[in-house]
Amino acid sequence: MLLIKNGRVLDPSSNTDAALDVLVDGPRISKVGASLSASNAEVFDAAGMIVAPGFIDLHCHLREPGQELSETIETGTRAAARGGFTAVCTMPNTQPINDNASVTRGIVERAAAAGAVRVWPIGAASVGSKGEALAEIAAMKDAGIVAVSDDGKPVATARLMRQVMDYCRALDLPVIDHCEDPSLFAGGVMREGPRSIRLGLKGIPAQSESICVGRDVEVAMLTGARLHIAHMSTRASLEYVRAAKKQGLPVTCEVTPHHFTLIDEDVRYDSHYKMNPPLASREDRAALIEGLADGSVDAIATDHAPHHPSSKDVEFDRAPFGITGFETALALGLSELLHPGKISLKRLVELFTTGPARVLGIERKIAADEPADLTIFSPDVAWTFRAADSPSKSRNTPFDGRSFRGAPMATVVAGRIVYRR
Amino acid sequence: MLQRLQHLLGIEDLTREQVSFILDQAKPFQEFHRHPLKKLATLRGKTVALAFFENSTRTRISFATAAARLGADTMNLQAESSSLKKGESLLDTLWTLEAMRPDGIVIRHGSSGAPEFVAQRLGIPVVNAGDGTHEHPTQALLDALTIRDRKRKLDGLHVTILGDILHSRVARSNIHLLSKFGAHITLCGPAMWVPRDLESLAPNVRRVSRVDEALDGADVIIVLRVQTERLHEPMLAAEEYILQFQLTPERLGLAGPDTLVLHPGPMNRGLEIDPSVADGPQSGVLEQVTNGLAIRMALLYHLVGGAALEAAPAPGTTGKE
Repeated sequence: MLLIKNGRVLDPSSNTDAALDVLVDGPRISKVGASLSASNAEVFDAAGMIVAPGFIDLHCHLREPGQELSETIETGTRAAARGGFTAVCTMPNTQPINDNASVTRGIVERAAAAGAVRVWPIGAASVGSKGEALAEIAAMKDAGIVAVSDDGKPVATARLMRQVMDYCRALDLPVIDHCEDPSLFAGGVMREGPRSIRLGLKGIPAQSESICVGRDVEVAMLTGARLHIAHMSTRASLEYVRAAKKQGLPVTCEVTPHHFTLIDEDVRYDSHYKMNPPLASREDRAALIEGLADGSVDAIATDHAPHHPSSKDVEFDRAPFGITGFETALALGLSELLHPGKISLKRLVELFTTGPARVLGIERKIAADEPADLTIFSPDVAWTFRAADSPSKSRNTPFDGRSFRGAPMATVVAGRIVYRR
Repeated sequence: MLQRLQHLLGIEDLTREQVSFILDQAKPFQEFHRHPLKKLATLRGKTVALAFFENSTRTRISFATAAARLGADTMNLQAESSSLKKGESLLDTLWTLEAMRPDGIVIRHGSSGAPEFVAQRLGIPVVNAGDGTHEHPTQALLDALTIRDRKRKLDGLHVTILGDILHSRVARSNIHLLSKFGAHITLCGPAMWVPRDLESLAPNVRRVSRVDEALDGADVIIVLRVQTERLHEPMLAAEEYILQFQLTPERLGLAGPDTLVLHPGPMNRGLEIDPSVADGPQSGVLEQVTNGLAIRMALLYHLVGGAALEAAPAPGTTGKE
């Protein structure tokens, strides 16, 4: 038994924000109440801390199977636990691609054996994510996938998207799309604008993303399927999502910590500033933060994309896209959104918990008989992130050495403390 | 006090004083080329690595000659023969070069920012000989020297740059340099190659779509090479380009009889420039070549020789062999 005492329980699902204790028995919560005691329980003193439902990351790359030099399920989930995540959704662009039930089962089994937190695989929408034939989506669902995506690239055509959405509506699975127009993207390496012109780096216009979001929203309208826009980065994309929500369509979206923190003007000749979608303009970032605050954005997702140092330590235009993100996500949310007064604490917690849960069609709450997945964090503790100390196999982050206010203090998965600061 | 240069990675971060200093330093080397014996011992015992990851004839020969005339030895790495073709990373190639202990490295690379990447990792002076679509600082310096000689000043000139600005590192370096001297810069070329964001590079940069208007009142015209090899965009028919943007004698006439015409070379005669303009009295093309040598000698003298900023070289007196 585990007794979490003296904390401030913040559960958006029930609008709870009160000084309460949480008693955990085995993998489930047994009791939530004031001044609980249990003689034989291990006590965690959460004084000054927030006790929240377990954080869910809708978007990460654990690189297993096939790219274990960069990350494994074990190392990636240990980093996730340090970031306060109790469940992470891993994208299918592994080697081989997770486009059939046997790969899905491999991931699920490996996660059960070596994962520090829960791993919820996302299956490919098309075979090999090639954009041609539908993947074995129903079989993968039976094996444990929670959504489909051809992440790394968009679902290739509107026609295929229509088929995927029709099919997934019947299976009640969300379709997650990485939105970009390949013909506009055209080998670009950062957002097109004054900064790309100055650096002489090939620019990607913001419309590369929003054109595809517009297409997807139209197809969602046609099919009525659940559409989730991955790592959304522009104002125009957000406007499409807002309009879809206004019409009552089941369209959701996520924003990454790096997109609400950094902008294109921050880009230097350092591949740790190279990600896809690229860092957006100052105006786009302001729009994203507004969307995070007003509920138009459903979740903060990391897009944790580890790359081995040897692949990132190259010329900017030759480096792969992506940065790691688990361990800095909450701290960036606190430092960039909460402390400057841009969003409330409750809203921030929603973006890591009930928000992503709703995208997946599940519940996330702190109540008796619920799974004991909890994230305990301090909004105030001062610390400095050192990439070298990360359990991740990769170090590709622009936030190495950055000082923060606020951090995860303990991560509880199925009643076990898997990380403690 | 002038800030001592450690590298020359671009023009953008130089001060106006530093630019003037380099131009002044090049003056004696301009004279030097008229001497019958063109060799100094200033850099004797020093080795300059020439790492050209992108094909280049003119710039490579210019740097090699500049180094030779200062008495330095050179190590050559060329794209066609380099192990880069065998998949070796830039970093590994450079560490191999560094192990041979050069005293400075001149690098041309197809990736913007590659010289900065190198400078952050190697402990020797780095000279950017052109990186991707970012900068080509020695080209802008030699252009400035040519302009200053011909126009007797560098301040407040009206300069028109003609061609594919988007993909031009020469244009970027020239815009940065000339703006430090209060230039009014006009950019003109096919619209998809002259995006609006170019105007944010420096103050007093404007875009003009009609060539007649762009050339009106220009003190200097810089004609860019149409770099077909660098383009991802659908190609523009050469006839279209010639019709709208070729610098012809008639169009040059709109600018004026004293307007100086520059071209970084190599030229596509009959495409971006009419041969009679290229070879005419208003062309500074050949001076650009000799000034390139002077600029590169001054830079190597300063960066590799470790000469104090205040000390001007005295060719003809110091160790002429």
